Amino acid sequence: MTSADFQTLMPEILLAGYAMAALMVAVYTTKDRLAPLLVWLTAGLFVALALYIGGAGAGQRLVFNGLFVDDPFARFAKVTILLSAAAVLVMSQDYMTRRELLRFEYPVLVTLAVIGMMVMVSSADLITLYMGLELQSLSLYVVASLRRDSAKSSEAGLKYFVLGALSSGLLLYGASLVYGYAGTTQFAGILSTVQDGVPLGLLFGLVFMLAGLAFKVSAAPFHMWTPDVYEGSPTPVTAFFATAPKVAAMALIARLAQDAFGGIPGQWGQVLAALAVASMFLGAVAAIGQRDIKRLMAYSSIAHMGYALIGLSVGTAYGVQATLIYMAIYVTMNVGTFAFILSMERDGRPVSDIAGLNQFARKEPLKALAMLVLLFSLAGVPPMVGFFGKFYVLKAAVDAGWVWLAVAGAIASVIGAFYYLRIVYFMYFGAEQEPVDSRMAPVQWVMLVGVAAIMVLGVINLFGIEPAAAVAAQALVR
Amino acid sequence: MENQLLSIITFLPLVAAIILALFMRGDDAAARNGAKWLALFTTSATFVISLFVLFRFDPSNTGFQFVEERQWILGLSYKMGVDGISVLFVMLTTFLMPITIWSCWTVEHRVKEYMIAFLVLETLMLGVFCALDLVLFYLFFEAGLIPMFLIIGIWGGKDRIYAAFKFFLYTFLGSVLMLVAMIAMYLDAGTTDIVRLLAHDFGSETFSLLGFQVMGGLQTMLFLAFFASFAVKMPMWPVHTWLPDAHVQAPTAGSVVLAAILLKMGGYGFLRFSLPMFPVGADVMAPLVLWMSAIAIVYTSLVALAQTDMKKLIAYSSVAHMGYVTMGIFAANQQGIDGAIFQMISHGFISGALFLCVGVIYDRMHTREIDAYGGLVNRMPAYALVFMFFTMANVGLPGTSGFVGEFLTLMGIFQVNTWVAAVAATGVILSAGYALWLYRRVVFGDLIKEALKSITDMTAREKAIFAPLIAMTLILGVYPSLVTNIIGPSVEALITDYHAALPAQGTELALNEGHSE
Repeated sequence: MTSADFQTLMPEILLAGYAMAALMVAVYTTKDRLAPLLVWLTAGLFVALALYIGGAGAGQRLVFNGLFVDDPFARFAKVTILLSAAAVLVMSQDYMTRRELLRFEYPVLVTLAVIGMMVMVSSADLITLYMGLELQSLSLYVVASLRRDSAKSSEAGLKYFVLGALSSGLLLYGASLVYGYAGTTQFAGILSTVQDGVPLGLLFGLVFMLAGLAFKVSAAPFHMWTPDVYEGSPTPVTAFFATAPKVAAMALIARLAQDAFGGIPGQWGQVLAALAVASMFLGAVAAIGQRDIKRLMAYSSIAHMGYALIGLSVGTAYGVQATLIYMAIYVTMNVGTFAFILSMERDGRPVSDIAGLNQFARKEPLKALAMLVLLFSLAGVPPMVGFFGKFYVLKAAVDAGWVWLAVAGAIASVIGAFYYLRIVYFMYFGAEQEPVDSRMAPVQWVMLVGVAAIMVLGVINLFGIEPAAAVAAQALVR
Repeated sequence: MENQLLSIITFLPLVAAIILALFMRGDDAAARNGAKWLALFTTSATFVISLFVLFRFDPSNTGFQFVEERQWILGLSYKMGVDGISVLFVMLTTFLMPITIWSCWTVEHRVKEYMIAFLVLETLMLGVFCALDLVLFYLFFEAGLIPMFLIIGIWGGKDRIYAAFKFFLYTFLGSVLMLVAMIAMYLDAGTTDIVRLLAHDFGSETFSLLGFQVMGGLQTMLFLAFFASFAVKMPMWPVHTWLPDAHVQAPTAGSVVLAAILLKMGGYGFLRFSLPMFPVGADVMAPLVLWMSAIAIVYTSLVALAQTDMKKLIAYSSVAHMGYVTMGIFAANQQGIDGAIFQMISHGFISGALFLCVGVIYDRMHTREIDAYGGLVNRMPAYALVFMFFTMANVGLPGTSGFVGEFLTLMGIFQVNTWVAAVAATGVILSAGYALWLYRRVVFGDLIKEALKSITDMTAREKAIFAPLIAMTLILGVYPSLVTNIIGPSVEALITDYHAALPAQGTELALNEGHSE
């Protein structure tokens, strides 16, 4: 271990130190009164670290004897994770304060989860992978049941924990099989093993690991927990679940598939493609009947994960690039959408019934317009940026000769368009009745309108995200 | 400056829409009038600027003119330009939009949003006709669904929700398949530049797919994917069922834009992509398309006869007239394609005017039921005259533009497939049947309905709206060279390339006989 090792790990160490210090200070001093300050401080730290990581030089460093890797791919994922986590944190502060949900543990747990995610995307070894994943998951289990006095929230936390533990078990079992057949836990070692032929047991291990990770990205058929957890958790927590952890888990799948099993794309490509098709169609069809906007967003995220998986399943550098762009666009859209969902309330109580949006456009034309843009973007209708996400992954699929996968994705997007349109229908042409109130803190308003503006203006050049994603993908796929 | 002309035309309405959205406050009468005047002024200014394009356009040059090109993401380019085929569609759009805006002067419900929707829609429609990049085209083509969805959904009739969803999902499904085909084209040709794609030869070797021999190979597959989109947009039988619903529920101005301009995107797509880019595929599929067109003409004409709702009747008549267009296009000879483009332009004027005619009495009586009317000529002589004129134009009376389009397409198809021509020609008789019957039931007879006793004739504004449409229908009817001189050379080049690309096989001879002239 050298100073270079520690320097590479600086952001994670800094965050961990900060989390401990914040915990100690809050416990021994003012407890929850400190929480709003902590939220802003944490978000500020995230943004600062994102700038630091984004500005860090090019190149690739493998440190701690090949346990931890820092490359453009990890940096791209980390910046996305940090920025989206910061956005979700600041926009939830007002909501949680008013409902007396804001405990000082919340920003601390989010920080710990973010450290876990950063370790995940940088892992170069099965041990690192599992450590990062568990740090993230354990923090998330607690956050899900943040509303201690609500049965639904506790149920969400418990459900998430039980099923999460199961998936961790699957992953761990798979990892042990891989270790048993490859004789090493290092990705590089596994890669050189599989290049000389793939033992059946190793293949088994691979499939088990993918199943465990599919649970984390909530890809069908491992999606069962998603709607319940999304619905039961407090809305800011749902917003967090829908953004940063998805990026991390998706990046981890890419990392594992390319770094450890890069030589045998034929073996995992089909698995990921099957997950992608199942997710796209399940997400699209199951969302149609939903009346609760949080459940709807759960199915929406399942469908979106399907599209992102298309990019990974084709196994090319272009595919990885497409997935990275897709995920960046996806989290941006979700931040905006959840900023809106957070503001839905009636008589001061949060509302998540879609029918409550009836005639919303008449009451709040600007917010309705911003939401309209986001919904069409989620549906992938041009000229919104969401379309370009779909365009990239479909192009990656056709490029690699997976035309059927692209056609399936295209058809699923039409089915999916229906339920986004349904929300537009409620907002603009719904029955005459008093719509929900929309009380927004300035931060939420900025997030909603800002993201909507990004979705429209991004058509000009996607804010330069394309070259960064290309560099990241080329670093991963060699 | 000249190179940016098309961009200026295209985005001027969008700029006005943004100004309306950001700087117009309040919902009082002054704000409503302000919105209407700004929209009218902008669309008129767009028309005036587009006249420069028309006058500077050189018909003898078959390439693209006023070309503007910029780098964009993904190796795509922002490229705009017009040739002889698209320039008239641009003109049609800019010409009809001020009329449309003026026709909705009486709307009082969310006026600002209404104007914004139409202005954005104009930008997107012009973009479709000017775009010279595949993805840029798709962007405009698809984005047009959003304002139209809102126009039908917010300002439409009783069943507007169903109609809006049906409209959106039908057309969306058609176009996502086109998107996959576009990606495949991008990868095959390495570019999305339409000019370069037009010069690219897509593979046409027969291959086997799921046990089927695909004649025309890749070209047929691409053709079918594009066909899915354009046939729905056009709309062709049997995927036309969204159109009557959308038309009936849309507000008058929405129907006008839908019938007069949006439907033409399908025909334009066939001429821009299907025919020149996949000639072998088009040739393989042409007999099917021709028969579908013939069935469309006869079947939808018969359906039109049975309608009790005026707008629905005109909507079915639109489908029938679009049948002539597809038939003319896939006849793939000079008369056929000239006639198809002519028919599209003329149908833009005539069907737009017919929907406006329905709008005039709908504004007064708030019903579109044919049975609710009768004997209007007694109280509304000016209206009876205008309606008579456009009914006759719709039937295809010589002297109106409707005749030229039908005659040219029938002449084109007769050289290729006599049987299709014979079936299609019966449509002329049927159209006279439903159009004249409609006219008799609404306008003639005694005025016995109580509610109609106090109906008033057209106002000066309404008369002024119809004046330019009547003028254009007559001028094009007696002097069709105005159109054919502009489109002629480009169409000729298209046909030459099309036949040059076809393999000289015995099986194709039957179709090619007519092209020797």
